[in-house]
Amino acid sequence: MEGFVINALLLVFLAIIAIAALRRKRLFGMVMLSGAFSLVAATLFVVLDAVDVAFTEAAVGAGISTVLALATLSLVPAEEKPHSISIGAAIVALATGLLLFAAVSDLPEFGAPDAPVHVYLAPDFIEGSRTDIGVPNVVTSVLASYRGFDTFGETLVVFTAAIGVLLILGGWTRPQKAKGKNPEDDHAG
Amino acid sequence: MQDDPVIRVIAKVLIPAMMLFALYVQFHGDYGPGGGFQAGVIFAAAFILNATVFGANRGRHVWPERANLLAICLGVLLYGGTGVASMWLGENFLDYDVLGSDPVAGQHLGILLVEFGVGLTVAAVMVSLFFTFSGRLSHIRLMNRVDAHDKAHPEGDTDE
Repeated sequence: MEGFVINALLLVFLAIIAIAALRRKRLFGMVMLSGAFSLVAATLFVVLDAVDVAFTEAAVGAGISTVLALATLSLVPAEEKPHSISIGAAIVALATGLLLFAAVSDLPEFGAPDAPVHVYLAPDFIEGSRTDIGVPNVVTSVLASYRGFDTFGETLVVFTAAIGVLLILGGWTRPQKAKGKNPEDDHAG
Repeated sequence: MQDDPVIRVIAKVLIPAMMLFALYVQFHGDYGPGGGFQAGVIFAAAFILNATVFGANRGRHVWPERANLLAICLGVLLYGGTGVASMWLGENFLDYDVLGSDPVAGQHLGILLVEFGVGLTVAAVMVSLFFTFSGRLSHIRLMNRVDAHDKAHPEGDTDE
């Protein structure tokens, strides 16, 4: 019962924040509300016992994303552009939402021990994390060892994204040979 | 904001604590919640707080921009290098069993190295993203000033 009340409160909060962010015209308020949304979502993850995910959501979603969005805000106008609602987009969004709702009934019950995701590899991971790897935090052993390839891929994604942003926005230019030696051009980062 | 004593004092107290907490999250990730991604973001947040409170120039002074690209690449190379090292010692890529004297010790060492690589890359990426955006801002301000100057002196006199 307690869990239900807490979950319901947090979900209502999420909905209120999302609607408030949609109705806002000034972008600063939108950014602040999206930070608040991330913080409430992080609390929801804590309630679901996903502490590592909550940690990431609070640090990345509520922290760094808000700061980066604020840095972007200083480059763009303060108000949202006026726009009308597109009927086609609304139909697509509603249809997708309805399909997702229909799919919810096929999901196994939350926390059911015989759900497919809990019977295939998870018991091996939980058992092996204690005996083979000796790491008490199963999330870390899955992330860094059992799923080391995935995490390597994620790191490469972060790496590639950063290189892309630096190349586009960082002002890196090819040293111009025609103008002679100009050492400032070589590392104008 | 840079002249507000309250913000300056709070930031000075918070920044070392944030960096220490990031290191704790980084190296205690085996035992509690946390790991490279979170630690990198928290570590970067300390530098970003420093740059927002004390100015981007001082922030750049603390974290030189050329070190950024090096750190981004070093993190990925450390991760990949751990995998290559385990291949070198006769196991599969990223199978850490052979890195230590026994499989459990090897796994511990491998996870530590890999998570440190992730943390290094993420921290450097976040700081460099922030500095890139704020550098863009000062660039635009500079161009605006140049435009205003050109409008005020249309003859193109260069004695300033």
